[in-house]
Formats: sequence, C-alpha cells, structure tokens
Amino acid sequence: MNWDVIAEHWQLFARGVGISLALTAGTAVLGLLLSVPLAFARNAERRLLSAPVAAFTFVIRGTPALVQLYLIYYGLSQFEAVRGSVLWPWLSNAGVCALLAFTLNTTAYTTEIFHGALKSLPRGELEAAMSFGMSRWTLVRRILTPSMLRRALPQYANEIIMLLHMSSLAGLVTLIDITGAARYVNAEFYLAFEPFITAGALYLVITLLLVRLFAAAERRWLVHLRPRTP
Amino acid sequence: MTTPSYAAIDAPLQAPSAAFDTAGRSMSGAATVPHPLQLSGLHKRYGAHEVLRGVSLTARKGDVLSIIGSSGSGKSTLLRCINLLEHPTEGEIRVGGEPLRLRRDARGDLECADRKQLQRVRSRLAMVFQNFNLWSHMTVLENIVEAPIHVLGMRKAAAIKAAEAYLQKVGLYERRHYHPAHLSGGQQQRAAIARALAVEPEVLLFDEPTSALDPELVGEVLRVMQSLAQEGRTMIVVTHEMGFARCVSNHAIFLHRGLVEEEGDPAQVLSEPRSERLRQFISGSLK
Repeated sequence: MNWDVIAEHWQLFARGVGISLALTAGTAVLGLLLSVPLAFARNAERRLLSAPVAAFTFVIRGTPALVQLYLIYYGLSQFEAVRGSVLWPWLSNAGVCALLAFTLNTTAYTTEIFHGALKSLPRGELEAAMSFGMSRWTLVRRILTPSMLRRALPQYANEIIMLLHMSSLAGLVTLIDITGAARYVNAEFYLAFEPFITAGALYLVITLLLVRLFAAAERRWLVHLRPRTP
Repeated sequence: MTTPSYAAIDAPLQAPSAAFDTAGRSMSGAATVPHPLQLSGLHKRYGAHEVLRGVSLTARKGDVLSIIGSSGSGKSTLLRCINLLEHPTEGEIRVGGEPLRLRRDARGDLECADRKQLQRVRSRLAMVFQNFNLWSHMTVLENIVEAPIHVLGMRKAAAIKAAEAYLQKVGLYERRHYHPAHLSGGQQQRAAIARALAVEPEVLLFDEPTSALDPELVGEVLRVMQSLAQEGRTMIVVTHEMGFARCVSNHAIFLHRGLVEEEGDPAQVLSEPRSERLRQFISGSLK
C-alpha cells in the first residue's frame, strides 16, 4: 500500500476538509433559517399556506440529492435563458450550485422534522399560553419555537450528520472537498483504497465532533426530558 | 384514604352583599362598581348536541363560586367559554363590566371579533387546568414569570421578585429551578396556581384542579386554594370536591345537562338539596 502519496497530498485533503466544512456549515445555517418559518407554514390550518410547502417537501424528499444537484449544476446551464440571465455568474459556479442544491434538500427534510415536532406539542400548553392573553407572535416566539426545536433536536442531529455525508456529492461537480480530493488521487495515481480510506477517516472524525456537539446541546436543552431522579 | 381537612374558619364567607343589584348597580345610588365577571344566556352546541342550554352567572368581588355537576353537564365547557377557549354559540361575557366583542364564525359559533381586546381581557383572568399545562421546557420559576414579563410587560427583576413571593406562598420556593416533569402532581398544580397568581388576575378560574391528582396530593392543593379564598380573591372553581364546595366556596351552582338546576349557599344546597337530581348527585348515584 502506498501511503506516501497521501502524505504528499496532505494539503489537498486539508483544503478538502475546509471546503466540506464550509459547505456543510453554510447549508446547515441557511437550511435552519428557512425551515423554522416553513415548518409553521406547513402546520398552518389554511391550505393556501400548508399545501405549497407540502408539495415542496414531497418533491425534494422524493428525488435523490444527486439528481437535484445535477439538475441545478448541469441541467440549468442547458437553457439559453439561464446562460444569458443576470444570475449566470452565480449559477455557473459549482460552489453556489452545490450550496443551493444541498440547502433545498436539507430544508425539505428539516421542515418535515420541525413540523412533526410542532404537531406533537401538547395542546394544553398552547391553551395555557392563550389563556394568559399571549399574542400570536409571543406564543410562536416564547412557547412554540423553543419547544419545537428542543423536541426536534435528536432528529435534527441526525439530519446534520447526513448533511455532512451528502456534501460528499460536491466532489462530483468539480469541487475538491474531501471526496473530491480522494477522487483526484484515485484518478491521478490509480490508487483506490488509500485515498478513500483517508476520506472515510476524515468524515468519521468530523462526525465524532458533531455527535459530541449535539450531545452537549442535548444536555443543555433537554434537561426537562430527563427522568425524575427518585 | 383521608378526606382533606380544612383549617377551622371562624365564620363562613359572607353571602353576596345585598347592597348591589344583579347588574352591579349600587342600591344606594353610589358609584357603580362592575362585577368582575358576568355571563348571560350562554349556549354551546356541538353539532346536534347541546352542551350548554342557557347558563347565566355573576361573580361579585371576593366570591368563591363552585360549579358542580356530573360529567357531561357542561361545567368545564362553561368555564372555558369565559376566556373563549371554547366558542359559545350564544351568550354574552362581561369581564369587569366590559363585554367581549364577538362575531359569528364559519361554524356558527361566536368567535372573538377584537383580538386585542381578547388578549387584554385574558390577561385579567387566569386559569388553572386539570392537567396543569405548565410549559414543560421551562423551569417553575420561568413558568411563573413568563406571562408577567411577556404579556404584562413587567421588568424581569421585578417579576422574579414577585414570583419568589408567590412560590413561598404555595410552598415551592426550594423547587423553583426544577422542570415540571421532575415534580409530583401536587407540586405541579401548586406551581400552576402560582403562575396564575403572578398575573394578579381579577378572577381565578379553576378547571377541576384536583381531578388528576392522587388523593394524598389533593389536600395540599385544596389548602392553597382555601388560603386564596380567605384572602378575598374572586374564584370560580369547577370541582368534584364536595368538601371544598361546602367549606370554602360561598356560592354553589349545580349544573345538569347544560342548565343551572339549583344554586345558592353551599351549606344549604349541599346538605338540603331541593332538586331530586342534586340529591342523587350528592348521594353518589348520579355519576
């Protein structure tokens, strides 16, 4: 086995880690910001609000992330109208396209996670808040959103870890993230095991850090779900 | 199973004063003091099933009204119509003399027509629920200061100071940083009572406050409620606890199938009921 090649290309992998992390973090933040209001829309009684969101999550969850990525990066550039538009500098950029595709994907899944958490809130707590005269906005801000996010935390942790692994698809659209770096070494030196084991190990380390991070978050924010100590 | 005993009260709470007529107008011609709560002709229908068929009640300042009746008689529905958690089909609700502005909704019930007014009126009432309904992600202290800070606009430090006093009053000061899930049922209900007191309501509404509690825990909650009554707070209590109704409240209302079957001084109504159904209910045969 030829580990020297990997050692020589450590900078490639290091930069790859940077890109993977940036892509994951950026997607996670954007996805979170979009999912919270969308979850409320999805939960609305008015079909005018909930139906479009439901359609969105259905389509995105019903198609593979890779297909979505290819459609955005390669598919859109097929159209003259897109190539000539003011958005072209953005849409021709692989990083932007990856960010867009992954954000849409994670938003759809996270919206459904938050929607489930929102629906599971005990109705009694909602009635108590209303009975004290809380306005709708105060209710959303102080009771619904904190409770929803807390309930969704374990599932959301899963989603973020899957997001990290989904980001590996970026290597297929010219970005040199961790997987992209491994594919480069694979293509240039005809080695398969060494670069991909290295990539796997790097993802594993990042995943371990994420798991620790979310465990700390659960310790802090899910105190109320711990069992009663006798 | 021991029935809760009440601290000896030297004199029962006085019967509603005759100095004011039913509308709150002073008989002597002095300035009008509106009653804290007045319900007129409340009806509630769920499809074909009529739960409330024309109920009126008036709560004067310092009254402790107990509403008793069998399941399905409409007691909880009546209470929940007061702060519009249920939408009545007909009727008028006046809080502190101010009538709630209502309009017909799509189902034919009366819904709130003025959201700001409803929020304002609700902030003058406070409800204690059968299932406590504490906000589970907050500690006891946070539960209590939530409404004062975010509905009444109190400053955080002042709200915490007031909350600690209420916690002392209900005997939960040591557990103020606990979450509701880590407290017993009686402790949770006492926390809920402290939460209701913290908004300094004109009327306290209790919806079967002890029905979800173990018998041993019922006593501690009733004792807190008794001390509130002795302070002169206006309370409306839907309850199954006959002892409480007899010893603590000053006016008992027996609801049967959506109508007020009998009402009056609890000592009289509960020991010498005039109506047959009330007699059956007290003897336990009418469930």
